[in-house]
Amino acid sequence: MQNGFLLSCRRLVSARRGRVAKQSNTLIEIRDLVYTRGARRIFDGLNLSIDPGRVTAIMGPSGTGKTTLLRLITRQLVPDSGSILVDGVDIATLNQAELYELRQRFGMLFQNGALLTDLSVFENVAFPLREHTRLTNRLIRHVVLTKLHAVGLRGAADLMPQELSGGMARRVALARAMVMDPDILIYDEPFVGLDPISMGVIVRLVRRMNDALGITSIIVSHDIEEVSTVADCSFLLSDGSVAASGSPAELTKASSELVRQFMHGMADGPVAFHYAAPGYEEQLLGRDAE
Amino acid sequence: MLREIYIALTEFLRTFGAFGLFFLRLLRHSPHVLFRRFPLVIGQVYNAGALSLVIIMVCGLFVGAVLGLQGIDILTVFNAEDAVGVFAAFALIKELSPVVTALLFAGRAGTALASEIGLMKATDQLSAMEMMAVNPVRRVVVPRFVGGVIAMPLLVAIFSSVGLLGAHLVAVGLLGVDVGAFWQQMQQTLEMEDIREGIFKSIAFGFVASGIAVFEGYNAIPTAEGVGRATTRTVVNTAIAVLILDFMITAALL
Repeated sequence: MQNGFLLSCRRLVSARRGRVAKQSNTLIEIRDLVYTRGARRIFDGLNLSIDPGRVTAIMGPSGTGKTTLLRLITRQLVPDSGSILVDGVDIATLNQAELYELRQRFGMLFQNGALLTDLSVFENVAFPLREHTRLTNRLIRHVVLTKLHAVGLRGAADLMPQELSGGMARRVALARAMVMDPDILIYDEPFVGLDPISMGVIVRLVRRMNDALGITSIIVSHDIEEVSTVADCSFLLSDGSVAASGSPAELTKASSELVRQFMHGMADGPVAFHYAAPGYEEQLLGRDAE
Repeated sequence: MLREIYIALTEFLRTFGAFGLFFLRLLRHSPHVLFRRFPLVIGQVYNAGALSLVIIMVCGLFVGAVLGLQGIDILTVFNAEDAVGVFAAFALIKELSPVVTALLFAGRAGTALASEIGLMKATDQLSAMEMMAVNPVRRVVVPRFVGGVIAMPLLVAIFSSVGLLGAHLVAVGLLGVDVGAFWQQMQQTLEMEDIREGIFKSIAFGFVASGIAVFEGYNAIPTAEGVGRATTRTVVNTAIAVLILDFMITAALL
């Protein structure tokens, strides 16, 4: 049993190596993406490419559509125009079965974990295996406990999601996202609302998963400090397109006003402190009402 | 004014059309879920059915008891107290059981379904399933729908039985109607056709009540407020749909 399991692991790893070797140097490429919601144009000609095997961060002020971008990449949303290529294949051309096949290569960590509330921690992690494979219960147990051990929560296997703290829930969700051995792991705001210890744990896990398993990680976040320690490359979104890109160190030194405002957390700048309003004096004196 | 009516009407038609399409989608996935994922359905029959048992039985008992009281009150005028069994049986089996059960089902199981699915949506659980390449309609929505459809006729049958027991307790136990007359007249007069009408209604209401509940849950605005509104709409819309449908079925069958 043990041998068979190791063998299948090894086969998986070698299969992955083969796949990586075949790939060109971009894994995900976004070209001229346009997406509107209601009257608001969220992306207007966005171009972005993500290299395999690295940790890529997508940053930007709130409301710039970072999460929307993740949903577009995974085709939970469909763009108005432009294309998104994963491994050179335009995901808009996939039918439902092909899309589901592609999604099995993705693992996604949602902001609040999105654990299934009626299943235990163990069953949550086992969920993709039970849905997509015919592994025996014993093998599923083996795989699930391995993944839970990797995030340090093997002891919490029998708890229900309601009994977990925010940081623990996110680690369980990470274990679940990894359980199908994805090529690409996507993190939606993984650092929000965590205490410093949990935050450190998650940061280290992100890096370790990426390097140990040879996967590609995409992080959406606005926590500059954490992102800087973990990302190889970051994109700063603003006004529907990429305002700047490069390693975190390069971004900190960038000269653009907007990048400086964001990286240094300044209250006023290109992203105005004041919401659009009529003149202050006029409004106070009641002249605008006349 | 005209414009508001126009907007309300188009909004209604749009929702109605969306419900129709959603309903077809549910039906399309139902065979797969029923034959391949039956354990999921059993869990939902338990949720929608077994957990509604207490309210169904208590309400059934008292509705039957009231029928016994009212029946004797009116039948005394014609010196036909013995016919109270027939009276209660007809009222329960053809009308009251299916309708009242459907309304209670909407209040107990329907709201639970709608809020559960709505909350799963609000907390990204449905998106997470999508991302795990699992179809949430198949995994979450359809089992709940099928479970409700199976549970409803069973609940109606239980409502009828307990209701007759209630009528019996009041008429025979309290007001002294003859036991033999009570049951024998009922057996003689009640036709299989009447029972079939009740069963038909219960099945139809099962489809409608569960369908509306999962529709509202699945289409809820994914916020706390949206989920709250979805549960309210579930009860209101089910009540309206069931009563209108009841009229239509009765008119068609008579």
